[in-house]
Amino acid sequence: MTKTLLATTSLAALFGLAGAASAQCTIEGEGSVRILANDFQALHAVVSRATECASDSVEVTTNETTEHKDIQVAALSTDPAAYTVAVVANGSLVPLLNEGLTRPLDDLVAQYGQNLQESQLIRINGEIMAIAFMANSQMLHYRADLLEENGIAVPTTYEELLEASAALREAGVMETPLYASFLPGWDLGEEFINMYMGSGQPFFEDGSAQVAINNEAGIAALEMMKAMTEYMGPDMMTYNSNEAQPYWENEEVAFMTGWGSRTAAFIDENGAVPEIAAATEVVAMPSWGGNGIPATTLWWDGFAMAKNISEEDAAASFQAMMYALSPELVADPEVAGLAAWLVNGYEPQPAAEGVIANMQAGAAPYPMTPYMGLLHTALGDNLAEFLQGQESAEEALEDVEAAYTTAATEAGFIQ
Amino acid sequence: MPHRTFSLFILPSLLAMLLFVALPIGSVIYQSLFIEHEQIMVEVENCGPFGCTTERRVDAEAMAQLRAEEPAGRWNGLGTYFNAGHLAFERIGQIWDRTETWGQFLDQAMNLPFYKALGFTLAYTFIVTPFVIILGFCIALGVNALPNLAKGPVIFFSLLPMIVTPLIGSLVLFWMIDSRGIIGATLQTIFGDPTLSLKASPTLTWVTLFVYGVWHSAPFAFVVFYAGLQGVPKDTMESAMVDGASRREQVRFVVIPYLMPLVVFIALMQLMDNFRVFEPIVGFSAEANATSLSYLIYSDLRGQDTPLFASAAATSVLTTLGVIVLLTPVLIRTWRDFNRKA
Amino acid sequence: MTDTTAADAKLIAPRRRRRSATAKPLPLIALSVGFVALWVIAAAFPFLWTAWGSFKVEADFFSRQNWMNAVTGVQTLRQTGEAFTMDGYEGAWIEQEFWRAVINTAIVTFFVTTISLTFGTLGGYALARSGFRYTFWILIMALIFRAMPHVTLVSGYLLPFFELGIWGYLPTTIIVLVAINQPFTLWMLHSFFLSIPKDLDESAMVDGCTRFQAFRLAVIPVMWPGVITTGLFSFLLAYNDFTVTSMLLTAENQTMVPKINSFLGSTQAEGKVMYAVAAVVSAIAPLFVLIMFFQRQIVSGLTAGAVKG
Repeated sequence: MTKTLLATTSLAALFGLAGAASAQCTIEGEGSVRILANDFQALHAVVSRATECASDSVEVTTNETTEHKDIQVAALSTDPAAYTVAVVANGSLVPLLNEGLTRPLDDLVAQYGQNLQESQLIRINGEIMAIAFMANSQMLHYRADLLEENGIAVPTTYEELLEASAALREAGVMETPLYASFLPGWDLGEEFINMYMGSGQPFFEDGSAQVAINNEAGIAALEMMKAMTEYMGPDMMTYNSNEAQPYWENEEVAFMTGWGSRTAAFIDENGAVPEIAAATEVVAMPSWGGNGIPATTLWWDGFAMAKNISEEDAAASFQAMMYALSPELVADPEVAGLAAWLVNGYEPQPAAEGVIANMQAGAAPYPMTPYMGLLHTALGDNLAEFLQGQESAEEALEDVEAAYTTAATEAGFIQ
Repeated sequence: MPHRTFSLFILPSLLAMLLFVALPIGSVIYQSLFIEHEQIMVEVENCGPFGCTTERRVDAEAMAQLRAEEPAGRWNGLGTYFNAGHLAFERIGQIWDRTETWGQFLDQAMNLPFYKALGFTLAYTFIVTPFVIILGFCIALGVNALPNLAKGPVIFFSLLPMIVTPLIGSLVLFWMIDSRGIIGATLQTIFGDPTLSLKASPTLTWVTLFVYGVWHSAPFAFVVFYAGLQGVPKDTMESAMVDGASRREQVRFVVIPYLMPLVVFIALMQLMDNFRVFEPIVGFSAEANATSLSYLIYSDLRGQDTPLFASAAATSVLTTLGVIVLLTPVLIRTWRDFNRKA
Repeated sequence: MTDTTAADAKLIAPRRRRRSATAKPLPLIALSVGFVALWVIAAAFPFLWTAWGSFKVEADFFSRQNWMNAVTGVQTLRQTGEAFTMDGYEGAWIEQEFWRAVINTAIVTFFVTTISLTFGTLGGYALARSGFRYTFWILIMALIFRAMPHVTLVSGYLLPFFELGIWGYLPTTIIVLVAINQPFTLWMLHSFFLSIPKDLDESAMVDGCTRFQAFRLAVIPVMWPGVITTGLFSFLLAYNDFTVTSMLLTAENQTMVPKINSFLGSTQAEGKVMYAVAAVVSAIAPLFVLIMFFQRQIVSGLTAGAVKG
């Protein structure tokens, strides 16, 4: 598989500024709008705006649930589909595409998508299959005050990050200055994928689903993660993004790889520890091995529409979502602070700055390959022993390869 | 009771179970014998907010046609049961060939995902179950001796570990046992070891999970035993007392034999529930050191965007078989009782 | 009902007298009371800690600086100006409309418990009174049904439920929970009916009652203790279930546990953990009342029922 980042979209267009036209939601025609979404604040802001479109002729129902990913395929398989709109991310769009459950949106975009920007359109083989409205990625959070006091430059590579951590430890500032989400499962898998992305090597062999990480780059990525554990606390195998904040606020860590969508809480000067929040800054994720590519993946959240629905419902649903995603959405400063919006009219906030920095430095999106999820799980389940020193890097990668190959064979990707 | 009356009485219950439990179990077993069709892939260009990439993708239309012809997928027989993610006979064979000692062999075999999970599951089942029974029994004896007025509140508080949803129960406990949390810090002081962390070492993680398991299930055993104690026949107790039996002897020769059927009942339910242990592993973020069979199933079904139904089905069937093996002694006993009665 | 209570009272009186006559030695009492006290602390402390912490802010309750913060409430004082805050409760009940989930839970638990018990008493009674060999196999089958992990069953429900258009509604979830709960209910009630003397209903049938009339007139009046105990466990199953309710209900029909889960957040999104803590504490209160109310029946029910195993 060749992964070529053909063009870095103009940032002005991506997080663009545009005049906002405010209006009430008016939907041409009638129909039913049924939205399935994950349950968190930023999405709630979008979904609740869509419900404003309910009228005598248009019915709007929403289902915001943390289990959305597990019900979406079944829900969209029926005819008519149980939902017209599925809010997805680059990972969760894949199962819908695999089953062919979504519809191309080109006509609807042409008719109703005046407010959309080119960068929001997810095109697959030229057809618009989804509309993105939020971007996310991991970024390096650091304590600017501590770095300054100890004369340490902001690390741009993992090698520098390790040196900086060692320096903080030697200076007696902190014993365990690093925090990264090493909890086995999705988090740990994501950490390895991020690290391996920094090598610029492909995950799979060209034109097949055979995994290609059992190589020097894979071992080097694992060794780098192992080197990080040296500067992490004894409980590192339970670290995840939910538990990061208490460590940060207790001044136990000075560097953290964390999600942009959570940055706002760390720099909130009305939060628990304002001094620390004020001294917290973010930069692009470090690169490693002299490759200069930030070791991270870029994510988007957006929506796709069900195939098995009537044209009226599709038109009504698309219009409702367009109303929800109009510039007015991000005119509310509280909503604007919730995420790195890709919506027209959004002015970049700190959460978005990290994503932009990652993009500018050449980070790539999380692969939308259908078997990527299988590899992600295999990684998440098989690396803990290596990081705890019970296995060699080669053995760990061998385990990953075995687990992945078994799963991919079962799923029909490998014969 | 004539067959007709019997079937009328049992019908609603049986119907509910057949429709919502037996039928799905049937489809689970069927599903575990198939794997997905060979995926037909096409290369496409994906463009989005972060630029364009060339990626492979499933040809949904071609696949839909394949599925229309054979909805269940490709016949795989027991292949899924024997593959590297489950019983892994092939890999066991390889490990057997390349290892010299039993120690090495076991060490490497226990690194296979299924056996690793089975190891923890069995350890959890066989350690937690007896402790639950013993602790529950002791609490029941203690509460039984309390004055009546105190019994109500004590029973309520004793039930709390079972009532509070494990979702929150383990979240709160997870913070309490943190090295800076109230329990973690107290333990550090007691053992005089400022680096002690229950989350860091594999052994301590296992111990933590066992303790949580006992704590969570002891109330069930307690309620059942406590009720059983109310029914211990007074005359037997009294004749034992007249015969000069000490209190310990009364408990040993009168109370325990009388409660034996209850022990069987609790053991039956607890063996089954503990064999399916899952929630505490996630609640205590213990995935690094402890995985169970249920965790494997969860990971197959929910850990990723595309669920692996056949793999999850195979693990589920193996779990059920495991439960049946565990319960065989109890089932044989029930069979004998039944025949004696009939 | 009144008859049994009167009989109980008669039984209790002499028992008390005897107990005082053969008083326990003091060290034994101290040991047993001490043990129970220890257990009650172990059982209740995490909950009391949670109840106390629910009036603090997250930075206090989940503090790594010093766990004493949760007691003293340093951050709570700094952020809200007072030592206790109702923010968690307000957020959960008013902002997130937790009361909806409470109503749904009430509906689900009520119906699951009553339907489970209705099906279970009929089935359990039949199993206890029929001597044919197939009753044994039905019981064994029920056990095997109980062994299957729920998460596997639920994944199988999704597609058919969507196709039938019954996904997301409370009645669907109720019947699924009833079915999943039947094996336990059947086993428990079956052993309970075994302990009710056969003569009771058989003499009624000799008097010309049909089987069902005998069940209704002779058995139902004496079965309540066992039924209530079994009911407690059915109730707890429905009340605490997450696997089934989170996958089979839409957000507006959600019960408390999945709702609380949605407060916890995910990898990429922040949660509102204190809402969850407050919600859990407020969800426990009605149970206290319920258990106090049924306490005596629960205990007497188990006595009559489960003893025969």
